[in-house]
Amino acid sequence: MTRLVYELTESFRIAFAQIRANKLRSVLTALGVIIGIVAVTLMGTAIGGIDKGFTNSLAMLGDDVLYVEKWPWGGVEDWWNYANRPPIRPEDAEKLNRVIEQTPNSLLEVAVPVSSRGNSVKAGENKVSGVQTLGTTADYGRLITADFSEGRLFNETEAVGGRPVCVLGFDVAEAPFQGRSPLDETVMLAGHPFTVIGVVSKQGSFLGLFSFDNQAIIPLEAFRKYFSVRRGAQIRVKITDKNRVAEAREELIGAMRRVRAQLPGERDNFNVNEQGAFKAQLDPIKQGIALAGLFITGLSLFVGAIGIMNITFVSVKERTKEIGTRKALGARRRTILLQFLIEAVSICLIGGVAGLALTYGLVLAVGAAFPAMPVEFSISLVFVSMAVSIITGIVSGFAPAYGASRLDPVVALRYE
Amino acid sequence: MSPSLAPELAGRVTRPSGPLVIDIAGVTKLYKMGEEIIHALRGVSVQIHRNEYLAIMGPSGSGKSTLMNMLGCLDTPTAGRYEFNGKNVATMVDDELADIRNREIGFVFQTFNLLPRSTALANVELPLIYAGYSPSERRERAIHTLENVGLGSRLHHKPNELSGGQRQRVAIARALVNKPSIILADEPTGNLDSKTGVEIMALFEQLYAQGNTLIVVTHEEDIARHARRIVRLRDGLIESDGPVG
Repeated sequence: MTRLVYELTESFRIAFAQIRANKLRSVLTALGVIIGIVAVTLMGTAIGGIDKGFTNSLAMLGDDVLYVEKWPWGGVEDWWNYANRPPIRPEDAEKLNRVIEQTPNSLLEVAVPVSSRGNSVKAGENKVSGVQTLGTTADYGRLITADFSEGRLFNETEAVGGRPVCVLGFDVAEAPFQGRSPLDETVMLAGHPFTVIGVVSKQGSFLGLFSFDNQAIIPLEAFRKYFSVRRGAQIRVKITDKNRVAEAREELIGAMRRVRAQLPGERDNFNVNEQGAFKAQLDPIKQGIALAGLFITGLSLFVGAIGIMNITFVSVKERTKEIGTRKALGARRRTILLQFLIEAVSICLIGGVAGLALTYGLVLAVGAAFPAMPVEFSISLVFVSMAVSIITGIVSGFAPAYGASRLDPVVALRYE
Repeated sequence: MSPSLAPELAGRVTRPSGPLVIDIAGVTKLYKMGEEIIHALRGVSVQIHRNEYLAIMGPSGSGKSTLMNMLGCLDTPTAGRYEFNGKNVATMVDDELADIRNREIGFVFQTFNLLPRSTALANVELPLIYAGYSPSERRERAIHTLENVGLGSRLHHKPNELSGGQRQRVAIARALVNKPSIILADEPTGNLDSKTGVEIMALFEQLYAQGNTLIVVTHEEDIARHARRIVRLRDGLIESDGPVG
């Protein structure tokens, strides 16, 4: 056992002496590993970032909210079966709330109608286009996960009275007012004046598709007054226990069928959507991206590994006589095997550390240049890339090192 | 008298009183070179005792190198018996042979075979690493051995900073450091000028006087005459085996 420790120490000493003696060659070989590790770890950070983006986006939807809508999320093939469904009416939410009140121990807490359309928001001379305008009730405050950076949501009185007040998303408040507080200012929503009573703090965009910060929230009654609710609405239902989503969903379907007065055996003419189902749809896509990405970047690491294998073969060939001498002096097979394996692993580790440092720099640079880009550098990435480097070294160094360990000492000593 | 010795040679072999180290009897070695089979050794028997000084001579192709590889446990015989300190070497596997070489045999090569990027001290320590000695023990023994061959002032020089004679002294120190049963030298003066060669042979004389067992393989009569006994090979057989005189 102590002999093995001494042999290992000696092998590391020899390996680093060898790398130092062949600097250019070692650097070029390590470069292959560096590129491979950078590619794989960058892919890792990108996947980590996408994953984080997905999680953040899904959290915006809320994991305790069910969405009653005409269409299921994610699209359908048999669209004709859905097109003739009646639109969801804001009134359905009131009926739903009555059903919930009548149900003992209901898993549903409250149903909130949300109508929406795209509008422009004008403040003085400044105009923001494509702002998603939501018309909803005062119960909306019980659903949302975000905080208010300023002000508040409209209250019950304002909501029922359809007062022209609005709550702005962060970006809508930021752009036209440029740092000034928009509270109590008047903005024009599609030409109608509204008083700003609150600003929601920054939330980010959902999968980069649409921004939660690009919203204006107004009372449903005001929405009904100025815009149309004929295109239908969405009912968001908060549930009491997010660990019992499936049961809550069943209860909601039953309640909604009562609201719609659907007959037994009749198919639901609405859909209950939830973030979990969305996640189930997104996960395979995410995994596909991860798999394809890692495979493609893995190829560059594979090329690096071939470089290591090649250089180890060269090293064995060059030092055949030395191997013969060492064997004559009593080196066992494992001694020679370990010596060349350690040499290959050392080059890989140097490449791995350099690659990781490079990745870290790149991630910082990308993060600074494009804050929206989801990149994530983690400690586990450090361990994974070190493990990958070591495994690469062992796998690519094994064949030449094994060959060296099996050399006949007589032949090796005679080699010139 | 060993019954395995050829009768016509038995009487001429000098027999020192020391214990038997090497006992080779009826050893043959075949090599396959493509289609051709080469009989490098055709039945060789040699006994070597502790504190003998032996020279092995013979022209190229005589089987001299093959016998040396066999004696050095670098190779095993095709047939015949080989016992080293009473242990059967003929049937040993690679790693067992490596351990025998490490502990029992000190090699001195014609081309020195030092590790170019290691100091004299590190070169001499190498066999001790394989033997499992601790760093401090290694250092102490290596320094002592280098001092014994007259290189106490050259411990931290690399081979390219040493003369040919000094390099061969480092190699001899490396061969001695593990206190082996035999020193096996293959043309030890072949790469040295004659003056340095004489110095090396004087060092061998000194080692012999200290009780070491020396086997020198050479084709030079002058070098062989330093030994006390000469074994001459021809065509894979022992031609003669007797004291120098």
